[in-house]
Amino acid sequence: MLTAAIFVPLAGAIAVLLLRGLDARLLRIVATIIASLPLVIVIIAWLRFDTGQGGFQLVESARWIPSLGASYNVGLDGLSLPLAALTAVLFPLAIAYPTDDMGRLREYLGWFLFLESMSLGLFLALDLLLFYVFLDLSLVGMYFLIGQWGHGDARRSALKFFLYTLAGTLLVLLGIFGLYLKMTPRTFDMAEIIRAQPLAGNAFAGGLVFLAFIIGFGIKIPIVPFHTWLPPAHVDAPGPASTILAGVLLKMGTYAYIRIVLAMLPEAFQRYAVWVGVLAVVSIVYGALVSLGQTNLKRRIAYTSVNHMGYVVLGVAAAAAIGKGSLEARQLALTGATVEMVAHGLITGALFLLSGSVWNRGEEYDLEAYGGLTSRAPAMAGMTILFAFASLGLPGLAGFVAEFQVFVGTFDVFPWLAGIGLLGILITAALFLQTLQKLFFGELPQRWRAWPDLGPVEVAALVPLAALVVIIGVAPAWLLDVVNSASRSILAAAASAARSAVG
Amino acid sequence: MAAMSLPLADVVPEMVLVVGTVITLLWALFAPRRLQSTTALVAVAVLAATGVATGLLIAHPPGATFFGTYAADSTALWAKLIIIVGTALTIGLSVEWFRTDQRHGELYTLLLFAALGSMLMAGATDLMELIIGVLMSSASAFALAGFHRRSAAAGEAALKFFLVGGLATSSLIYGTALLFGLAGTTVYGGFAAGLAGVDSSALAVGVALVVVGLMYKLGAVPVHTWVPDVAQGAPVPMAGFLTAVPKVGSLIAIARLAAALGDGQVGWRPLVAVLAAVTMTLGNLAAFWQHDVRRLLGWSAVSMSGYGLMGVVAVGRSDLAVPSILYFLLAYVVANLAAFGVVTELRGRSDIASYAGLARSRPLLATALVVAFLSFVGIPPLAGFFAKVQLFLATIDAGYTWLAVLAVVNTVASLFYYLRVLGPSYFEAPPPVPLPALGPYAGRITIASAAALLILGLAAQPLLDAFGRGGLLPR
Repeated sequence: MLTAAIFVPLAGAIAVLLLRGLDARLLRIVATIIASLPLVIVIIAWLRFDTGQGGFQLVESARWIPSLGASYNVGLDGLSLPLAALTAVLFPLAIAYPTDDMGRLREYLGWFLFLESMSLGLFLALDLLLFYVFLDLSLVGMYFLIGQWGHGDARRSALKFFLYTLAGTLLVLLGIFGLYLKMTPRTFDMAEIIRAQPLAGNAFAGGLVFLAFIIGFGIKIPIVPFHTWLPPAHVDAPGPASTILAGVLLKMGTYAYIRIVLAMLPEAFQRYAVWVGVLAVVSIVYGALVSLGQTNLKRRIAYTSVNHMGYVVLGVAAAAAIGKGSLEARQLALTGATVEMVAHGLITGALFLLSGSVWNRGEEYDLEAYGGLTSRAPAMAGMTILFAFASLGLPGLAGFVAEFQVFVGTFDVFPWLAGIGLLGILITAALFLQTLQKLFFGELPQRWRAWPDLGPVEVAALVPLAALVVIIGVAPAWLLDVVNSASRSILAAAASAARSAVG
Repeated sequence: MAAMSLPLADVVPEMVLVVGTVITLLWALFAPRRLQSTTALVAVAVLAATGVATGLLIAHPPGATFFGTYAADSTALWAKLIIIVGTALTIGLSVEWFRTDQRHGELYTLLLFAALGSMLMAGATDLMELIIGVLMSSASAFALAGFHRRSAAAGEAALKFFLVGGLATSSLIYGTALLFGLAGTTVYGGFAAGLAGVDSSALAVGVALVVVGLMYKLGAVPVHTWVPDVAQGAPVPMAGFLTAVPKVGSLIAIARLAAALGDGQVGWRPLVAVLAAVTMTLGNLAAFWQHDVRRLLGWSAVSMSGYGLMGVVAVGRSDLAVPSILYFLLAYVVANLAAFGVVTELRGRSDIASYAGLARSRPLLATALVVAFLSFVGIPPLAGFFAKVQLFLATIDAGYTWLAVLAVVNTVASLFYYLRVLGPSYFEAPPPVPLPALGPYAGRITIASAAALLILGLAAQPLLDAFGRGGLLPR
């Protein structure tokens, strides 16, 4: 079943590339339907998911490369299920969202569907080599999307994106080899590696592999100082591609922090957790401050991503600090980090879709050029205000649920880091209020007299995201139960592994 | 050596190839001009027969033969098949390219002889035997590089190729003489006993001289300078052949020599590691700002030799050494011929600027270029990915993690120059005047090669399994 979710979009991508003679509207509808099929499967998986059971569920396996110890293994737990669901929600919306396809709609849709396959595969893979395959291919897809359909200096941004993140993934590959070579018999199977803890008690090798993962995935997340590829990639990417980049691709890094680093190297992570926490807080504060300094709308949102991903990393670091704070607090931090991934994906995804709408209308991202748009575009203003408030952490919306748990959990583990991190929330609040003010209030410049409001497709794409943001904000139990089941079992396994290594 | 009968059954593939090459030569000599192209068919038939003969041996490889001077083991047989594939693809690309050359029937004979030379190198377990392989490969290679007699660039490339080759081959012969003087034998099997207790500095000099001779065929530092010149100046299909197929023989030859020397008194492992590191880095740095796609591919071929040498570094220390070398060679040969195939199909257009908009004017050909380049980089699930995975694993397994890290850095750097070609071909508008196209066969063979890279990657398992059964020093 999960295999179908992974490969249906890929088959769809090929079909879309081969379909000729379909008119643009119909083609986009077909692609959106194909992109929605994994969502159906993920919903079924969610209904069949047993929160009482630790470990991986709905596992499907096939032989792949037995002589290397790599197999095709997919499955999910309470960590991967919400992220797969996020992926399956964002892709159809991004595909449906109107953009300038530059006369190459088939390829545009094809790359999106390809990317959906790779993203789902990454979150569902239970084999490190398979995981790496999806990770690498997601870069290829995004490179072509930015380079072909971006604006401004898109080719340069796409190149920078590909080079930086490939450097990150290759570091990850070396880290994976470090784990693999210590396994007897050698295998890439995630569950086996988590069980065997091949680097337990090996401080030097464990430290090196840990470093490779933290930097490699850190580039992907990105955490400061590895974030420099992100702003140009976001600014020059088409809106929907930014949505996928921020909403799905960035999550791959933090997902791996939990799935791979925390679960497979708990001892090393425990030792260096406070330093990862420091990096996270630097990302939080630096991301917020730099964002405040931007006048380019998209660059602003891009830097708030650095800030928000900092919250996720802070939560993961707190959870990894085994022996500090209470288990409940660390579990809360880990659940908060996971929910923050989902919340950030929905919220920032929506904000990037909205910035795409702004670009389609004005071909201008400079905030100074705008003002008073509320009168012309009340729906756009309303949507933007909702998502901006969700992003700054207003209670009752998804961002709050996540950030609250991250900070409450972290206070028990790293009180100082949590205290400094709170500054980030303050700055974010200021910057979003200022953004809203510049876009929507004040005097409407002459050139935007004919600014059209959101069209029906745009509204239809944004409403589900808004609904999810509100539902998670008001009644998050259905999500928290699933996430908690994973946080509990991951931390229990990590704690026993780290303890047995010490003892 | 009681019975002095020759074990001819072990070398049936070589005999088929020799006899077939002579037939091809006679056909080329006697066929009328309008039928010169049919020589290609004869040559492909010869290769197919050689392939069948090889395939018949592969289930039960004879192992060491001809009194320990030659290996007909699994590694040698698979190397033969890789060489056959590379040569056949080259012939496919050549037919249209050389159509206007009235005497091009001879070309196929030379190609077959060059393939035979590479096969002999891959099988040699004796330095004299190795010299014969190197000479046979080189002698035909010079003629292939300079086949366009009226082209100044081809002439220059062939001359440089020849001069460096003369130097390197004499180095190989001097080294062999020195090792013979020390060990009393040139047969690898006798090295362990013969080299025990000899003067270690003389031994080091001898080994270094032989290695230099082999590095020349591989296109690695310090005798790599011919590679970019040949890549740029030789007829394009020959450039693809000469930068790839001789590597098959020479890389396996280096690996066999390394296995024969063992971890005894010669510290070849650090030496090869340093040569690998310098070769891959130099090749990549030099490729960075090339404006000519052929020259860029030439430097990329140099860097690829560096990656291949990583497998040699792991010889004797990792089970993955042999399969990683063989799989790397297969992936590289196919990708290299796909990349040069694109240049061939575009009638040798090799200014980067002329590739702008290729994805719109020739979508399939542009896809082939993407696939070939991404396979060079090692993007999954293409063949190059599994090649790099195994090479990296073998290197780390052998305790050379620093070399694997350097290879990673080089891989990222290489992506930069590959994207310098791929970027414009996708993101820019095609020129108003369409690019020239050579013909249906060159284009189709190129696209098929690219498809093969995907298939080899997706179905890597049986090959890895088969390659893993081979050793380097059969008994």
